[in-house]
Amino acid sequence: MTRHARDEEWESWLRAALNGDAAAYDRFLRAVTPHLRALARRRVAAFGAAPAEAEDLVQEVLLAIHLKRTSWDPARPLRPWLGAIVRNKLIDSLRRRGRHAAVPIEDVMEMLAAETDAREDDRRDAAQLLQQLKEPQRSIVRAISLDGVPVRETAERLKMSEGAVRVALHRALKTLAALYGSTER
Amino acid sequence: MKTDDLIRLMAEDARPGLPLRRALAVALVAGMGLAVTLFSLELGFREGLLQAMQTPRVLVKIAVVLLLSIIALVLVSRAGRPDADLARPARALLVPVAIIVVAVAAEFLVLPEADWRANLIGHNAVACLVMVVLMGAGPLAALLMALKRGAPESPARAGAIAGLAAGALAATLYALHCPDDSPFFVAAWYSIAIGALTLVGALAGSRVLRW
Repeated sequence: MTRHARDEEWESWLRAALNGDAAAYDRFLRAVTPHLRALARRRVAAFGAAPAEAEDLVQEVLLAIHLKRTSWDPARPLRPWLGAIVRNKLIDSLRRRGRHAAVPIEDVMEMLAAETDAREDDRRDAAQLLQQLKEPQRSIVRAISLDGVPVRETAERLKMSEGAVRVALHRALKTLAALYGSTER
Repeated sequence: MKTDDLIRLMAEDARPGLPLRRALAVALVAGMGLAVTLFSLELGFREGLLQAMQTPRVLVKIAVVLLLSIIALVLVSRAGRPDADLARPARALLVPVAIIVVAVAAEFLVLPEADWRANLIGHNAVACLVMVVLMGAGPLAALLMALKRGAPESPARAGAIAGLAAGALAATLYALHCPDDSPFFVAAWYSIAIGALTLVGALAGSRVLRW
């Protein structure tokens, strides 16, 4: 697919998503992720950090896209917006990592060679992340992300209203974004 | 957490809420509502505003703050977008600055030196400072709240832009009340009041607009 056609496809999905189309939004996020991953791996490798950290970065960028998506003007091309979001998050994370010691170049080369082996599993343990959420956010996140239960059923399961589950889910994502952005790792 | 699981979470949180542009429009209306209420309770239009507006000093005064407001609002509408071009509207800010500089120079020429001091100090400089800042507080808070949906390249700069817009709008209202029309007065006191709000906006923005 040409770059132009791909851009248009992403734009149409995100436009539909901004009108509340969850399926289009899911498609958009899944289409963008491998590109973010390739980019994150390159940047993380260049900086000499562990390849697994790239997945942290991917997730941090995805959360930023999610929480800031209404700042994209659907009348404009998506690429500059997406690029600006990614760049900002990369700079953030490089700044944070700047406090850690640099890794020698031989190690980087070794890691680059091993890169294809690095699965997308994140260093951040899901259980550990969940622990930092308060109830009912924790149960909601666990049900939807780990067990794959949709919002409506999660609401029934937890004896909450659907609206309350949605609000808690949104807050949980904000909290997760803050956890990723925090300096403690 | 696996990225796949995270994506599932985000897709379930599918309601995006108000678009940034609309949120800013709502904030502007709400903030200006507060400012106009304060204006009509505490200040009101000056007497003979329409006749006064035919004199060059009043025209320049109102034109400068109005122009500043318009440019600042264009900047506000872009400040929350990470991909926006802020440089061009920022350069346009030089126009109101140039107008007031020329007006001050002209005032030096036409006013006898003995009147300079009185025109600079005016009738009520303190009221100008206090009321512009008070009337700007509502719009500033509302715009900052709306900008939290945005992803500004620089949070401090976005906050400063919100402060500049709030200050310019409040100054426009104040200009309709205040009988001090000398460019000396406008250049000194309006600038301080708008500058103070811009500074407050920058400080607040660097805290609340980080993402």
